Amino acid sequence: VKVGVVVFPGSNCDRDALHAARLAGAEAVLLWHETPDLAGSELVVLPGGFAYGDYLRAGVLARFSPIMRAVGDHAERGGLVLGICNGFQVLAEAGLVPGALLRNRSLRFEHGWVRLSVERRDTRFTWKVPQGTTLRMPVAHGEGCYFLPEPELDDLERRGQVLFRYAPPEGNPNGSVRDIAGVLDASGRVCGLMPHPERASEPILGSDDGMLLLRSLVEGAAETPPQRRSAIVEAAR
Amino acid sequence: VTRFRFAVSVMPKEGILDPQGRAVEQSLPHLRVDNVRDVRVGRRVELMVEADHRESARQLVERLAGELFANPLIETWAVEELPLAEPAAAAAGAGVRR
Repeated sequence: VKVGVVVFPGSNCDRDALHAARLAGAEAVLLWHETPDLAGSELVVLPGGFAYGDYLRAGVLARFSPIMRAVGDHAERGGLVLGICNGFQVLAEAGLVPGALLRNRSLRFEHGWVRLSVERRDTRFTWKVPQGTTLRMPVAHGEGCYFLPEPELDDLERRGQVLFRYAPPEGNPNGSVRDIAGVLDASGRVCGLMPHPERASEPILGSDDGMLLLRSLVEGAAETPPQRRSAIVEAAR
Repeated sequence: VTRFRFAVSVMPKEGILDPQGRAVEQSLPHLRVDNVRDVRVGRRVELMVEADHRESARQLVERLAGELFANPLIETWAVEELPLAEPAAAAAGAGVRR
């Protein structure tokens, strides 16, 4: 599986994501944001950081980088996209996942370990997570407070697009609605989450739970024949 | 081609959590102010557009406001035209377009 990690000016988790993707067994490359070409990537990762200095609103200026047209086309064709932290903010601003990420309720930059409940294990992002497992990962963000108006939030829940929620004991670090930490798009092929799986990719980092997501993505794409892949997409709807 | 100046005021939508506004409000007792409520913090973008017509300039600004300056899910915006601020134009007086 080929993984492309997009580098925006101000991305700072691109190398971590590259390293974690390789640990998961993928061939992985960095993709410069000015080139609207994914170099054959099957999974595109929008990494954490502060693209364009987070000016105006986190993620909004990166949304208009040339590569985002290619990312949009990739998602349109059913390609996999994972947006982590700032990458989630970019996906939300681009409308590739629903919702918006507001300033943390605390007004502080929140960083530390959180625990995530995995709401669905029948997705391309989570199928390797053992049942009943919560994932321990770090967060580090100033604008991670997920928001969607109530009626749309109910639709999101009904369609099974809430993939991760903050769970005890640490709980919700940013005041997001319904403790949402990560969501899927309607196709189940695009995921944005605030916590950092790539920073929880080896025991020496304090947790390797993030590898369950990366291995779900990498091994799934490698092992799943096309017809089965479409069945999983159906299941994710 | 004529120059037009605009200001776009972007505010958090009614009912949307505005932690900046709340933080400002909470600091007011430190200024010995106790009669101010409902502080909301937004953002103002000023820009100059070169266009043939005021209408097309304004349409462009409206488009930018909805796509770039504001996120319609969480923010509202208002566009206002400004007088040209260039010294030469100001000195000419009658040449100032509003």
